[in-house]
Amino acid sequence: MTVPLPVFVVLPLAAAFMLPLFGKKGKSAATLLANLVTIGLVVMAVSTIGQWRTYEVGRWSIPLGINLVLDGLSCLLLLAISVVSAAAMLFSTRYMEQYTAKSKYLCLFMLMVTGMNGVVLSGDIFNLFVFLEIASIASYALVGFGCEHEELEASFKYMVLGSIASMFVLFGVALVYGNTGTLNMAYISRTIGVRGMNLGLTFAMCLFIAGFGLKAALVPFHAWLPDAHPSAPAPISAMLSGVLIKALGVYALTRVLFNIFGVSVAVGWIIITLAVLSMVCGALLALGQWDFKRLLAYSSISQVGYVVLGLGLGALIIAKGGNPAVASLAILGGLLHLLNHAVYKSLLFLNSGSVEMATGTRQLKEMGGLAEKMPYTRATCAIASASIAGIPPLAGFWSKLLIVIAAIQAEYYWIAAIVVGVSVCTLIMYLKVHRYAFLGELPESLKDVKENKGSMLLAMSLLAVLCVLMGLLVIVEPLRANVLEPAVKVVMDGLDYSANIIAQK
Amino acid sequence: MPYALCFLLFVIGLYCAVVKKNMVKIVVGILVMEYAVNLFLIMLGYRWDGIAPIIDKSYLTKGGGIAEAFVSHAVDPLPQALVLTAIVISLGSLALMISICIRTYEKYGTFDITEIRRLKG
Amino acid sequence: MNGMTIIVKTISSWVKVLIFLFGIYIVLFGHLTPGGGFAGGVILASSYVLLMLAFGRKFAEKNLSLGIASKFDCAGALLFIAVALIGLFFGAASFFYNYLQQQVEAGHETALRLVSAGTIPLSNIAIGIKVGASLFLVILTLSIFRPESSAGKKE
Repeated sequence: MTVPLPVFVVLPLAAAFMLPLFGKKGKSAATLLANLVTIGLVVMAVSTIGQWRTYEVGRWSIPLGINLVLDGLSCLLLLAISVVSAAAMLFSTRYMEQYTAKSKYLCLFMLMVTGMNGVVLSGDIFNLFVFLEIASIASYALVGFGCEHEELEASFKYMVLGSIASMFVLFGVALVYGNTGTLNMAYISRTIGVRGMNLGLTFAMCLFIAGFGLKAALVPFHAWLPDAHPSAPAPISAMLSGVLIKALGVYALTRVLFNIFGVSVAVGWIIITLAVLSMVCGALLALGQWDFKRLLAYSSISQVGYVVLGLGLGALIIAKGGNPAVASLAILGGLLHLLNHAVYKSLLFLNSGSVEMATGTRQLKEMGGLAEKMPYTRATCAIASASIAGIPPLAGFWSKLLIVIAAIQAEYYWIAAIVVGVSVCTLIMYLKVHRYAFLGELPESLKDVKENKGSMLLAMSLLAVLCVLMGLLVIVEPLRANVLEPAVKVVMDGLDYSANIIAQK
Repeated sequence: MPYALCFLLFVIGLYCAVVKKNMVKIVVGILVMEYAVNLFLIMLGYRWDGIAPIIDKSYLTKGGGIAEAFVSHAVDPLPQALVLTAIVISLGSLALMISICIRTYEKYGTFDITEIRRLKG
Repeated sequence: MNGMTIIVKTISSWVKVLIFLFGIYIVLFGHLTPGGGFAGGVILASSYVLLMLAFGRKFAEKNLSLGIASKFDCAGALLFIAVALIGLFFGAASFFYNYLQQQVEAGHETALRLVSAGTIPLSNIAIGIKVGASLFLVILTLSIFRPESSAGKKE
């Protein structure tokens, strides 16, 4: 069945506005509806694998109207968004009982999913900005949801930095419109190809790198992430770290740089520098953390650095006119790491939420010996940590291997050495988590913690199973050809995006 | 030339958001940045001796077309639609920022960001 | 908290009706004159804010309570989505398709009137209701919040 593309945006939006109508008495009905909507989104996202379509809203043809584009890269991100949001919603049916105002939480969550779906599907650059803002504002409110001291401080910091980033993006959109006269991504690309880059467009590209880089938490712009992710409720941390920084930051950066502006050697080196800084700084800063979720947040910075490194390496090789097979290998590694990280980082954050709900603390020094009391949490945490540290045959190993092979084949040996070094750091930090949280002595105050049951357990086990199965995505041929290869192809033939869309109308 | 002044206003807003220590002044700095970008967007559509892009009965020709005099003289209406959307977005963002400022004042007792530093490391 | 003097109360109880009417005019004629859904919605909200400033918050809350304003808010958004979705069922089958559009070729007697331009006035009305209710809710919630109360609700 072919789903019309706007359904991905309209369904969570309609759910977001129907949920507050249930009121206090219908809380369980509201939660059931929200879960059904997210599971429906997973089914629809799976049904779009392997398709390439556009949809003109209101039957106004481009460049007069707005179109929605579904190509391989969008399909990959839709899968990631819907799977992580379904798991987070399942987890939060039980976890959010400790907060009041649950119906407002569900409404904001659905708005965030609407925003992310809209960013991923949009074919028009101002439409991308509007959905970016919807998702960002919903996430600012969700980070400060508990209204305690630290959450408000973190939410304010996140909001100020995020608003500045959005203003940069809007300024870039205004510059692009002033220089090309159109807002549709395909037409902008064609106009830039005909007229070439001038000073205004180069400045717009720098503004886009700064704005989307801040949303993606690359290193000079990462200051909001270590405060915002620990303070948010656990399912929101999973969504933020798992998909929001990637859908709003990395996807938008890829779309703008590869498909609209086209890559050059300078841009490739800038992206590789930012990525390497992120990887190294994130990993080193995470080693010294004693707060469970803060350690996971710094680890997120480092892993996003991997993704951007893969994309930047591919960009540099394309720009220098090198071997396209090596470039596509690097981009495949980056995109596969994006998908992997979405799954296992959300699983780790859900684990930390489960530990926090059982013990009431996030500090590693106050925990210990939870292995007997919470066996399921310990098992899923072990699977996720093994995957993130790159132990074969779990999924994380394959994506890191691909990036290392691509770096060696392109003869950038120092990049390969840094990747391996940061992997060792990642292994160390997760061994630290295990040693302090799950092994060791059980302190007096935690004698009667119990394992969390029900929907939380279900969500964590689903993600753990997916973690193990994702390794098959690379090895099994039909899965790779339908899910990963179209995404790589879209990024590789960057400027053909516009030719394909204009030819289709 | 007017574009350079818009950019100057943007930089002033950015300076205010980065340097000031009072939370409300930071919010005002972000607002000034948003005004600067909206102003820049509107000025993009300007034409010398332009008229407002509102169709009147006198601009409709027989057979349902639009007069040439209108099309060649009207300012561009697309940036105006973009600015309307951007103003709505900044209104929502401002409402959220102010409510967070109020709640932070209730919890910490001050608006000074150098004293609101519980999250470290 | 109890509002202003009697002169302000008398005048504002006449003027707020005019402001509300003006807001409805801006919303309805949004396809002909500048304005439309958002600007008209702000004016509608400001008539209620005038009520709140002149008579005190408790009076305004009795007039249009938090719960009812919240329901209007959701209803406005759902109406907008419904207007867009119905376009899916007409022959040309597309979201936001202007299914009430009249043909321009039939001479320009139907242009530039109130009932023209298809579904655009319907969308304007839905957005006007939503924005009016939302802005009134924002200002009411910000003024309800008192430092010693910790109700745990966000905006």
